[in-house]
Amino acid sequence: MGRFVVNRLASVVAVLFAISVLTFLIFQAIPNGDPALRLAGRLATPQQVQDVREQWGFDKPIYEQYGKTMKLILTGKVTSYTQQLNVLDEVRADAPATISLVTGAAVIWLGFGIVFGLLSAISAGRWLDRFLTVLALVGVSTPVFLLGAVMLYYLGYKWHLFPLGGYVKLTDDPWGWFTHLIMPWTALSVLFIGVYSRVLRSTVLDTLGEDYVRAARAKGLTERRVLVKHVLRNSMIPIISLFGLDFAAAIGGGAILTESVFNLHGIGQYAAESISRLDVPPILVITMLGAFAVVILSAVVDVVYALLDPRIRL
Amino acid sequence: MTPDPAPAAAPAAADATDPLLVVDGLSVSFATEEGIVQAVGDVSFTVGRGEIVAIVGESGSGKSVTAMTLMGLTRSPNARFGGTAQLGGHELVGASADELRRVRGAEIAMVFQDPMTSLDPVYRIGDQIVEQILAHEKIPKAAALDRAVALMERVGIPHARERLRSYPHEFSGGMRQRVMIAMALSCSPQLLIADEPTTALDVTVQAQILEQLRTLRDETGAGVILVTHDLGVVADIADRILVMYGGRIVEQGTLDELFYDPQHPYTWGLLGSIPRLDGPLGVRLPAIPGTPPSLLNTPAGCHFRPRCPEAFDRCGEMPPLVARSPGSPGHCDRCWLEPATKRAQRETDGRIGLRTEGTVIA
Repeated sequence: MGRFVVNRLASVVAVLFAISVLTFLIFQAIPNGDPALRLAGRLATPQQVQDVREQWGFDKPIYEQYGKTMKLILTGKVTSYTQQLNVLDEVRADAPATISLVTGAAVIWLGFGIVFGLLSAISAGRWLDRFLTVLALVGVSTPVFLLGAVMLYYLGYKWHLFPLGGYVKLTDDPWGWFTHLIMPWTALSVLFIGVYSRVLRSTVLDTLGEDYVRAARAKGLTERRVLVKHVLRNSMIPIISLFGLDFAAAIGGGAILTESVFNLHGIGQYAAESISRLDVPPILVITMLGAFAVVILSAVVDVVYALLDPRIRL
Repeated sequence: MTPDPAPAAAPAAADATDPLLVVDGLSVSFATEEGIVQAVGDVSFTVGRGEIVAIVGESGSGKSVTAMTLMGLTRSPNARFGGTAQLGGHELVGASADELRRVRGAEIAMVFQDPMTSLDPVYRIGDQIVEQILAHEKIPKAAALDRAVALMERVGIPHARERLRSYPHEFSGGMRQRVMIAMALSCSPQLLIADEPTTALDVTVQAQILEQLRTLRDETGAGVILVTHDLGVVADIADRILVMYGGRIVEQGTLDELFYDPQHPYTWGLLGSIPRLDGPLGVRLPAIPGTPPSLLNTPAGCHFRPRCPEAFDRCGEMPPLVARSPGSPGHCDRCWLEPATKRAQRETDGRIGLRTEGTVIA
């Protein structure tokens, strides 16, 4: 267990280093990526641009710039190039929206994914399975921006069932928080429900062929108990690993489309805006945050594995 | 199909007048994309109380399907069943799913071939035994646990109470099979079906497990169906033997009848292919030429005909399973040959076997 923690901490450091270097280099390589030009403003003279460049240290070697930026990030003093606002404060302000969106959507997609996957597997080949298969394929292939736009237009604009986007704090107005998030939750989870139900269907079908499932039936257990206690429990492992990574990616700013379509002002939307401005510090911070979330959640996944399957030792 | 006269002759069913299990005309077929697979056809037999009946045959002979069908484990949308199987007052083949569930594990229990994969890896041994007890009896969990301890001790697992908390992967194969047997016995079943229970185990462990099965039969008086392809196992503990080939019983009788007076050429072949310590060295082990028949669109007549060196015109017609000798009414076979011819033909090199010379290997 101690070795497990040390290993994971070491991998956090390694992954954060690698991902920050890569992100930093990519933005150096992008054409028209010179931040001095944008910082100096549209009508700046070459001299002004040069002054800005020297002032911000953009004329220094790349490794020095990287070191300086990382130092600012780690001390919490990093500011964005364009708005000159503290990036960590911005991320902190955006985090509740993202966490609310992703956590709620995760509950929905895991729940429906498991129910649909299990139903699909036990009715394999019959009409319910076919119906759920088509539904899953439609879900997987419907882009979030289309689904979001359609929902906003009909459910929000035409029929006034739900508010037209935006985020309300849970602490300010719990009901408003809930109604504002119903459509984003749905839009974000549809894709994952499709994927999870398909993955679970195939693992459940594999598990149904296991000897211990036949043996469980031979014990005279009810079919329901066989399915839930023996089949589902043993089929959850691939779902858990998928879930850990998807959840981490969405928390770390991966729900860009959903957040943007519903104007939730979450971390993903912040990332999207920063990318359009080629504003390196926020992008760097959010990328690192995403990587951090993935590494931490994959450690959590390993712990859950060990709980689900006694053969696995940490 | 002639009614099976075997029950009266069952030697080990000492005091039991009624057999425990009566299977009559059992057939199982599966619809596949290539056609109908007739896995089991017209199988009738009985198992008496305290009797060990072995079903012997090679892969694909229908022996496992027969055993599984008694438990309802072959039920699937593409399976068709015929005939009846009566256990006590229960009809097994036509039972509803819920009736069958109550019989499974309580009246009939099964020990499977591979103990390494037949226990759910994620639950403790004790919980898996208790789960079966609680599925059939309304008793407190503590009482069920106590019974599990007693069962584990009975099948020879030391430190039973601590070991109940172990997971399957912490047990060796032989120990897991003991756990499977303990679990099978947990509700005192009348009939125990063991489907190749020793195939996946070491030879030394095999003997222990077989000894265990026999002891339990003696103690509990349960009937046992032992499915196996291993005639060595059969010779150890079976009272009566059914030889299956191509989904049908081709010969049945007591251990002695089958081993010393085999009637069906397939049985001769099986016996002839057992390696012998007293046999000549450096000689190839005899094998039955050809391969087992496909059960898909099987032609009429004796299923063994294509591989049988003794086949003649009449074999195009399916022989009935009847007793051929008045002295042993329980010894039946499906072969048209005259008993005298059989006695003459089954001797090869001074022992029982199937003639191989002149046989075209298909």
